[in-house]
Amino acid sequence: MTASATRADEDELLAHFDALIADGRTIEPRDWMPDGYRRMLVRQIAQHAHSEIIGMQPEGGWLTRAPSLHRKSVLLAKVGDEAGHGLYLYSAAETLGVDRADLLDALHHGRQRASATFNHPALTWADTGAIAWLTDGAAVINQAPLCRTSYGPYARAMRRVCQEEAFHVRQGYDLMRALCEGTPEQKEMAQDAVNRWWLPAVALMFGPPDTEAGGADARTAALGAAVSRRAMAWGIKRHTNDELRQRFVDTCVPQAERLGLTLPDPVIRWNEERGHYDFTPVDWDTYRKALGDDTHWARQRIAHRLAAHEDGAWVREAAVAHAARTDEPRGAAA
Amino acid sequence: MSTTSDVTAVRPGRPPGETPTAAGPDLARYLTRLGDDALVLGQRLCQWITRAPTVDEDLALSNIALDLIGHARVLLTRAGRLDGTGRTEDDLAYARSEREFTNALLTELPNGDFAVTVARQLAYTHYAVLHYEALAHCPDRELAAFGARAAKEVAFHRLHADRWTVTLGRGTAESARRMRHALERVWPYTGELFEEDDVVRRLAASGTVPSPAPLRETWLGRITEVVTGAGLAVPAPTWSATGGRTGLHTEEFGPLLAELQSVRRQFPGGTW
Repeated sequence: MTASATRADEDELLAHFDALIADGRTIEPRDWMPDGYRRMLVRQIAQHAHSEIIGMQPEGGWLTRAPSLHRKSVLLAKVGDEAGHGLYLYSAAETLGVDRADLLDALHHGRQRASATFNHPALTWADTGAIAWLTDGAAVINQAPLCRTSYGPYARAMRRVCQEEAFHVRQGYDLMRALCEGTPEQKEMAQDAVNRWWLPAVALMFGPPDTEAGGADARTAALGAAVSRRAMAWGIKRHTNDELRQRFVDTCVPQAERLGLTLPDPVIRWNEERGHYDFTPVDWDTYRKALGDDTHWARQRIAHRLAAHEDGAWVREAAVAHAARTDEPRGAAA
Repeated sequence: MSTTSDVTAVRPGRPPGETPTAAGPDLARYLTRLGDDALVLGQRLCQWITRAPTVDEDLALSNIALDLIGHARVLLTRAGRLDGTGRTEDDLAYARSEREFTNALLTELPNGDFAVTVARQLAYTHYAVLHYEALAHCPDRELAAFGARAAKEVAFHRLHADRWTVTLGRGTAESARRMRHALERVWPYTGELFEEDDVVRRLAASGTVPSPAPLRETWLGRITEVVTGAGLAVPAPTWSATGGRTGLHTEEFGPLLAELQSVRRQFPGGTW
């Protein structure tokens, strides 16, 4: 086959791919897809899967201390759901020709990352409520459009993920409500948790600004905008980070008012003209410095994950050895 | 037919608790034991979450723990209604001291490595399925319904334990060695599950609930089948631990309970 013929084939395949996207139809694992599309998906799905399993840690640490058996059950179900989300998403990523073990290896050795949101510590019981209400609340807003993302396996995984996440948000809100209706000390604990989890949710669950208007730093914003435009052209992404961030703030402000909690941003007020709440733009430089790989919690999350992985190596080896033996044809075993 | 569930229906204006019956205090103690078993084992499994050998196991262990906590809630709620104190599931889980807990020592054994957890699960699940199946035939309709449901749920946990026992026993030399040690580690703690004391004897004699003692033979037969299938041997009987049913625990139990109760004790009068 000549190089020009290959190029002609590829042009035809690309035209077909573009037509599928334009029609709003899904791309499936056996369909041809541009390398850039595949790479962008692997990166995004893996980051999402990693965030689910790293995100189990801050809440998982409170399973043994949940203050009622009802709350313990709810938290067990939630942390179990997160493990399940990780599994759906790793499976979706595997349809793109990557291996789960390699993705985990990339996470363990810093070549891929989880959301930096979870590089914050969960210091009190109220943190589990704030995480579920705010972080999962941000996740739902961020992820709901992904139920219609152009890659089929990812979209289907996200439909299940979103249903469960929406439930987590309600559970988190309910947990916070119970604390706010409790003793002054409980309410104080709830407020303290919101003070610490609001900004990570606003900033890190949506990522850096990807509209020129959204960022404090023009160069970063322009770069983000370019990546975002590409993702939107491919139907991987449906809204900009900044649109989703605004939607999140608009959802949370009235909820916080009903709880009697104050969101830690003095700028928050209703803007009649825009039809949205104003809020302080995220200071990304501060955030990047505070949340690089070299912080106590960034290192701790990966160290915890890696310790579990290494401690369990002999179990996984046993499972592989046992499976190989039971899969052997009878004749070969003799 | 007379059943205690006739008097358990909650009617407006009635104080919490059930009309006292002769078997009430005994039954409350029996249910507290089973409830404490489920609670304490569930608490131990919670310690695994995010530390399991695979994410799939994090999920499996969290599901098993969730079922166990569910069983504890039903059993402790009923115990609190029967013992005349009107205590709730949370009063019983969070406001008792070490000496008031009556779980079998097996359930509080530290997790150890994954093989120890599998061995502990193997012993408990085979016992619990048999015990709950027997409970499903007791005359108290509420308890019988619980026994039938719990037996079905624990049967899945048993399948999980059986599979891992075989996988580790027949996996690598390392996993077989660890599984063999794990069985030896938990074995002395299994006898207590089948102990009979005056409480159990009175309840069994009146036909209120089954005694676990006669289940031991079937349990041993089934465990032996799984362990042999794993290429391992059931440990020879040596010594037998006891004390949990009378609140005499291992030293590892105190920290487990302190952790479980810490937040609730930190906020007296709190609502959760």
